[in-house]
Amino acid sequence: MRFRFTQAAIDTRTARQELQNLAAGGYVSFEGWVRDHNEGQEVTRLEYEAFEALAVKEGERIVEEALRRFPVVQALCMHRVGALALGEMAVWVGVSSEHRGEAFDACRFIIDEVKHRVPIWKKEHYRNGDSGWVNCERCAAPAQHTHAAEHHDHAAATSE
Amino acid sequence: MNLDVPPIYGLILAGGSSSRMHRDKAALKYQGSSQLDRAYELASRHVPEVFVSVRANQTLDPVRSHRPMIVDSVAGEGPIAGIRSALAAYPTVAWLVLACDLPFLSDAAVEYLLRARDPAGIVIAYRSAHDDLPEPLCAIWEPAAAAMLAEYQAGGGHCPRKFLIGVGAPLLQPLDRRALDNVNTPEEYAQAIMALESESPMQLQIRYYALMREQAGRSEESIETSAPTPAELYAELKSRHAFTLAPEQLKVAVNTEFSDWSRKLKHGDAVVFIPPVAGG
Repeated sequence: MRFRFTQAAIDTRTARQELQNLAAGGYVSFEGWVRDHNEGQEVTRLEYEAFEALAVKEGERIVEEALRRFPVVQALCMHRVGALALGEMAVWVGVSSEHRGEAFDACRFIIDEVKHRVPIWKKEHYRNGDSGWVNCERCAAPAQHTHAAEHHDHAAATSE
Repeated sequence: MNLDVPPIYGLILAGGSSSRMHRDKAALKYQGSSQLDRAYELASRHVPEVFVSVRANQTLDPVRSHRPMIVDSVAGEGPIAGIRSALAAYPTVAWLVLACDLPFLSDAAVEYLLRARDPAGIVIAYRSAHDDLPEPLCAIWEPAAAAMLAEYQAGGGHCPRKFLIGVGAPLLQPLDRRALDNVNTPEEYAQAIMALESESPMQLQIRYYALMREQAGRSEESIETSAPTPAELYAELKSRHAFTLAPEQLKVAVNTEFSDWSRKLKHGDAVVFIPPVAGG
């Protein structure tokens, strides 16, 4: 499979070796890291959860699409699941290709499509003790955060 | 447990000659199971022992022979001979008697009948929603019925419905008008298949992830529903679990593949509602 999940740290050295090919003149990779802030909130750690049975099928389809659309040699994507600390690598995409242009394009295509299509969810834990599923909770109640509502949310979270 | 209350066993009547159907009614299939097996399994969910009532010449019949049987030991044709034979074989047992050709009969209807049972009575049955007459083949027959049925037959009686009217059996109003509809002709069979396929409650496996897992308080559940499509199913689950996400925010997968919201759900399908994703 050219799209995989891992609970342990992503082994980029082995992954890169899988892409090596004498027909390739170069290799492009993208690493997604756990950042300490998001949308004005201080993030302390993350959890990733995936519907793996479908996610690996959809991820595989994305890599196959990239290989059809761009004249590249090899492509691979790995995604973490479970609990991640700040600075850890959440996702890795690698593409080897004859020429650099297509490698950049294919790599960008894969990471963009993975973010939009693959059933993976990210829960952010914040410095203030709150937590939330990205794209689910704050987007479910868009922009209308009154002070009272925030207070209520916080009370609900701490009482659990 | 009160030792004076006779236990209830199940008796599936499947001996009818099926003259209008032109084939053995017991073998008719719905959703992959024979009518006989469906009725047998329905009764088995409510009482500890279930038997199939057969005539002496049916004991080797493959539709019937894989189930415990009570062979007619009482002379005469028809359901009364079967019921009397069961009462004679287990004189201290009451019988949940079910005809096998009631494809719409539900667990709820059986449960309601069992709750209304009177161990001191003779027989309790449903009142037909169509003609208000008793339906003797979805009924509980108490041990006391044995002697009275023998007397009724000795006097030339052969119709269980008339017997119920004669003894003034208490009659229950069916909860669902169709619960006791029986299927006698190929046309009725075809209609029943269509109706069951489209409406019957089915078992679905639901898996929850992320926000929905937290809101449901579980990662999976097996539910019985008659929701025909994922759209109706989500409406049902949203109200049960107070999900905050609107259906427009979700995708749906059936059997680990993305699906339309209007796809027809089938028994055994595994359904996942997919909240907005956030990989990377």
